[in-house]
Amino acid sequence: MSNWIDACAPDDIEPEDLIRFDHAGRSFAIYRSPEGEFFCTDGFCTHESVHLADGLVMDHVIECPKHNGQFDYRTGEAVRPPACKNLRIYATRVEGDRVQIELS
Amino acid sequence: MIKRDYRLLGEDARRAVEIGLNAAQWYHTEVPRKDMKAMMGRSDQPAIRDTLILFGAMVLFAGLGIWLWPSWWSAPFWLAYGVLYGSAMDSRWHECGHGTAFRTAWMNKAVYEIASFMMMRNSATWRWTHARHHTDTYIVGLDPEINIMRPPALAKIVLNLVGIPDTLAYFRSAFRNALSGPDAAERSFIPQSEWPKVTRIARIHLAIYVATLACAIGFGSWLPLMLIGLPRLYGCWHAILTGLLQHGGLADNVTDHRLNSRTVLMNPVSRFIYWNMNYHVEHHMFPMVPYHALPALHRAIRHDLPAPNRSMAEAFVEMWPILMRQLRGEDVVLERRLPPTARPYKDEYHAELPRLGSFTAAE
Repeated sequence: MSNWIDACAPDDIEPEDLIRFDHAGRSFAIYRSPEGEFFCTDGFCTHESVHLADGLVMDHVIECPKHNGQFDYRTGEAVRPPACKNLRIYATRVEGDRVQIELS
Repeated sequence: MIKRDYRLLGEDARRAVEIGLNAAQWYHTEVPRKDMKAMMGRSDQPAIRDTLILFGAMVLFAGLGIWLWPSWWSAPFWLAYGVLYGSAMDSRWHECGHGTAFRTAWMNKAVYEIASFMMMRNSATWRWTHARHHTDTYIVGLDPEINIMRPPALAKIVLNLVGIPDTLAYFRSAFRNALSGPDAAERSFIPQSEWPKVTRIARIHLAIYVATLACAIGFGSWLPLMLIGLPRLYGCWHAILTGLLQHGGLADNVTDHRLNSRTVLMNPVSRFIYWNMNYHVEHHMFPMVPYHALPALHRAIRHDLPAPNRSMAEAFVEMWPILMRQLRGEDVVLERRLPPTARPYKDEYHAELPRLGSFTAAE
């Protein structure tokens, strides 16, 4: 059963950037791609649990602020060591003036 | 002095984990996101320029060295080539290992592999030692890149100015890795998926050194070794000197880089060789910022950092007496004074120290 959660307004995130979103004891990273699409992943890097919110978004990659591991935030795929394990991703949608993420 | 166990699987490692020093929350200066994004931004241009200058200068100096060989007139050119090979490649290894030097990934990878070979480091292993160094900077038993232990091993430090202990250690581990993969300590920080790569890289490196040696024997000339291998020994002194200043004489087992890292202002030539890693507190606090933006980062956060040393000489004058006192068995480190504009050192960043060692500020 799908469970859509209000996360933020579209303008809360600059293009090619991300914000942190915490909900029900969990932490997420919500991205806005250069094309204006929104994506969501788990908030913490799979390498050493550093939050990605202070990281750098380049095109469709998020780079962890601590060890420079990289993920494709569209698929969650770890694309540069020391990140080896993929990030979990979540569906997003824009409903009215809100960005929502789907938690199962 | 409290005895420290620097082994990665030793007693201090166990205790550091027990009290939560591993992967701890580190202090960092607040920087507006907009400013930080601007400084973190990647570009190929500065690193392409610097890499062309570096490799161009190496070709020039090596060419002149070969042309004048075996005259002693070739010596200055070999010394210049050696510093670029054995010292500048250290900073290239470092920056490209972080993936911050170039924006384009393959450029970082290519220079990282070349620099790893020249610096006699297994590129697969050292990627992970350095990740651990950033996670647990100067945490005894956890950081595999502590280059000045307590008490300092002065003979080893001096011999490393001509690369001898590092080279011997490299070939020992290269043969071991080539034959049987990473050892137990290496396996503690390298993911299992990377173990075959450690073996493959060791074999490739050794094959190149064997081929170089064969050329030297076959041609009856030292020149192949002057070009490949030996410059890691006769040219590494600059990397050793700058490397000692990164953390030497400062605190271990703390979680505030202002306490365990040192920023030193340097001349332009050293900064080119060192690729701005003289801004070392800044680099550790924000490893995402590429080398070419570190001066800007320094200006942005210097109000919150101890004043930098104004030269390498000044930094050594400050550090050396501390090392001598440590050598005599004193548990002493240098606590560098913060400016009035800085957030003070907080006890919570080193409150647990008495259980692991000491934190005695030098007078």
